[in-house]
Amino acid sequence: MARIIVNGEAQDVQLPLSLTELIKQNDVLQPEMVSVQVNDDFVDRTEWDGLQIKENDAVDFLYFMGGGNLSEK
Amino acid sequence: MIDFTGEQIQRYSRHILLKDVGVEGQEKIMNARVLVVGAGGLGAPVSLYLAAAGIGTIGIVDADVVDLSNLQRQVIHFTKDVGVPKVKSAEEKIKAINPDVKVDTYYEFLDSSNALDIIKEYDFIVDGTDNFPVKFLINDACVMADKPFSHGGILRFNGQTFTHLPGTACYRCMFKEPPPAGAVPTCSQAGVLGAIAGMLGTIQAAETLKYFTGIGELLTNRLLTFDAKTMQFRTVPVKHRDSCPICGSNPTIDHLIDYEQGACDLKSH
Ligand SMILES: [Zn+2]
Repeated sequence: MARIIVNGEAQDVQLPLSLTELIKQNDVLQPEMVSVQVNDDFVDRTEWDGLQIKENDAVDFLYFMGGGNLSEK
Repeated sequence: MIDFTGEQIQRYSRHILLKDVGVEGQEKIMNARVLVVGAGGLGAPVSLYLAAAGIGTIGIVDADVVDLSNLQRQVIHFTKDVGVPKVKSAEEKIKAINPDVKVDTYYEFLDSSNALDIIKEYDFIVDGTDNFPVKFLINDACVMADKPFSHGGILRFNGQTFTHLPGTACYRCMFKEPPPAGAVPTCSQAGVLGAIAGMLGTIQAAETLKYFTGIGELLTNRLLTFDAKTMQFRTVPVKHRDSCPICGSNPTIDHLIDYEQGACDLKSH
């Protein structure tokens, strides 16, 4: 087990683990609607598969948020 | 120097009493020109608080008319305003709160054809829009025009905001490009608790007033997010990205883009 920080909270994960797999494990509703930072660095969508999570990594999921009006248009 | 009238001293006394604001700070607020894009869930509280604070000129851009379904959160519009252009309804309330405020109304969509022309008239821009194409447009136009702005987004029980000053992280540093049109929240996932709009909008209004008075630290290079279900607030450090397509050292975007908006249609469900 390796300890990482996801959205500011400790999480124990099994390595090896790609960023794509971590996103899946965290039940991100719509991965298309999320932007990811690892250790404060933006990770391009095209690099998610290849990025391997390491012990003590800090991962932040930033969600796309509109204005709540999307259902009215 | 503005000569404050007795009425103004009284109206703004709770600002003037604040050591960090004082007469000087209030004068800066009264000389400020702010553009609020969207007179909806976020634009409503932003405009109300900026009007009350005495911002000199408030510009409002919105091409919509008030709909009954807006009133659950767009607190600047009243039941009697249904069917009225939002910019007119907002102007009326702003004037009623504070006749000193000059209001410019733009009853039109902000797009690539008018964004730079409108934005250049203002010192600070508040993004109160409800869709990603315009959020990216505001970001790109402000970066191109070297204008500071406050970004705001809300969804369900969540909100997020950051403040951009020239040189600090922009929206594209965090979100490179809009989500694919087909990926916007489905009807069952969209919606928002009305008070969330007030929570986020008042943060944006406070950032605007901090910007003009120079108080404290702005939300630059930080994305503030909150979840009202748990009332957990968090600021995520974000960096200005050198590879950013608009504010990086080799920008690939040299003109404003009108993205397509995908959305679900509640009326057809
Ligand atoms: Zn940027």
